[in-house]
Amino acid sequence: MQLQQMYQEIILDHYKNPHGRGLRDPFDTESFQVNPTCGDEVTLRVRLDGGVVADVSYDGQGCSISQASTSVLTDLVVGRPLAEAMVKFDAFHELMHGRGKVEPDEDVLEDGIAFAGVAKYPARVKCALLGWMAFKDAVTRARGEGGPA
Amino acid sequence: MTAVTAPLDVDALRADFPILGRTVRDGKPLVYLDSGATAQHPSQVIEAERAFLTEHNAAVHRGAHQLAEEATDAYESARARIAAFIGATPGEVVFTKNATEGINLVAYAMGNASTAGPEAARFALGPGDEIVTTEMEHHANLVPWQQLAQRTGATLRWLGVTDDGRLDLSTLDEVVNPRTKVLAFTHQSNVLGTVNPVEPLVARAREVGALVVLDACQSVPHSVVDFHALGVDFAVFSAHKMLGPYGLGVLYGRQELLAAMPPFLTGGSMIEMVEMARSTFAPPPQRFEAGTPMTSQAVALGAAVDYLSAVGMDRIAAHEHLLTVAALDGLAEIPGIRVIGPVDGHARGGAVSFVVDGIHPHDVGQVLDDQGVAVRVGHHCAWPLHRRLGVPASVRASFYLYNDLRDVDTFLAGVRETRRFFGVA
Repeated sequence: MQLQQMYQEIILDHYKNPHGRGLRDPFDTESFQVNPTCGDEVTLRVRLDGGVVADVSYDGQGCSISQASTSVLTDLVVGRPLAEAMVKFDAFHELMHGRGKVEPDEDVLEDGIAFAGVAKYPARVKCALLGWMAFKDAVTRARGEGGPA
Repeated sequence: MTAVTAPLDVDALRADFPILGRTVRDGKPLVYLDSGATAQHPSQVIEAERAFLTEHNAAVHRGAHQLAEEATDAYESARARIAAFIGATPGEVVFTKNATEGINLVAYAMGNASTAGPEAARFALGPGDEIVTTEMEHHANLVPWQQLAQRTGATLRWLGVTDDGRLDLSTLDEVVNPRTKVLAFTHQSNVLGTVNPVEPLVARAREVGALVVLDACQSVPHSVVDFHALGVDFAVFSAHKMLGPYGLGVLYGRQELLAAMPPFLTGGSMIEMVEMARSTFAPPPQRFEAGTPMTSQAVALGAAVDYLSAVGMDRIAAHEHLLTVAALDGLAEIPGIRVIGPVDGHARGGAVSFVVDGIHPHDVGQVLDDQGVAVRVGHHCAWPLHRRLGVPASVRASFYLYNDLRDVDTFLAGVRETRRFFGVA
């Protein structure tokens, strides 16, 4: 059954018991992202500390895929150097736009590989990327505000 | 039993729709419950467009050759049949790109009237004037009015929605008042299925001298609609929701109004006389059809109207009512379901929207899709309505003449399966 390929146990676990959920202080930047086709939304905060992602906190409403992928995001990036976090972002982004043809690297994406099945459903790719796009937006603005640029 | 109330022979009808024979998601028969978004096409409509293109294709209303004559006849004959279908005269039927453009046409024409001469005064509006819409509108019947208010300085107001998904008419006399220049509302909600009472709304608009714009996208495909009898000033609907092609909408406007209203889009085909510094415009409907029109599409919509008329709009409405009540009754038996909109069949059409406790609509739609059941999920371009009813999104099943009670059963089984799959059953 195709459905199980999409809704892996890992995804359902993250959906039912999300990691890192709730907005926390202090933070550097906050990003609000919305999926205009369904109204799902996420507010996500990032705190950077000496080139390390010190915290990611979030709140929002959305489907199992968007909620679980944001939960996985926090597991993957919090406590990691920003450069490493962005490598994971790129890998997840590539996986989600791969129409199911990209073989995910478990060393990089860990629980994120469970979303390989979601990539076969174009309508759900936006759901899976909602929190990740918020993360990228918040990081971009944090760097813009902190740097000389 | 009379012919009028004879039930539809759905199996025979389905044979006309090639796409209904296909399977989806590993061999599941397609159960298409998304006709509220777009309807499927019978062979007769596809063939009519093909025949036009292979036998009569030419630019209409110009050229002296035989093909141009045949193409013009086909185009204008379609207009006449479409007009008859909605209780209008051919001169009252304007072809647009879609229904959204039809509403924008009226809104922009009113904006243009606001800077035109006294002949267009009845369409003009400015600061102190009011535009009224409702909280249950599709974005297409809200955003153009927001924009018109912004451009002209008029104020946008709206009628609210009750908890059970009806228009709240308790404030009608206050909201629609002598300052109101236009009242725009939907005939049948694309989310709730609610059929709005046109009569008291038109009566109030008449009392205060406001123009009435009716969004008939969800009513014209599914029931007998007569715009003259309804007494509205303008109405819009789209071809692709009524077995017709994409890229075509219809704007109905009362003859005398279209004759006085300034144009929206300008250019070729819509002029009377052009000089370097100024132009005069053709009478309606041509005044509102700038550029080469959607010719083969209009011909195809003519065929769609012929098809629907042959089946009988009253029979289609009765059939959809049967399916709607079966779906509502079936959903009522499943725990954890909240129907968004009227829960009985009274004054409602065949759009059934709902939420499932503990499961996001996207996830419900995904499980239904896995069973071959195509529904719509999201806010269905009615975000303010969802906000009013306290849900971020909903699942919508919508029915048409080619659906039957087996489709309803497969749908209900899919909803139960969704609850089992996500462990909320």
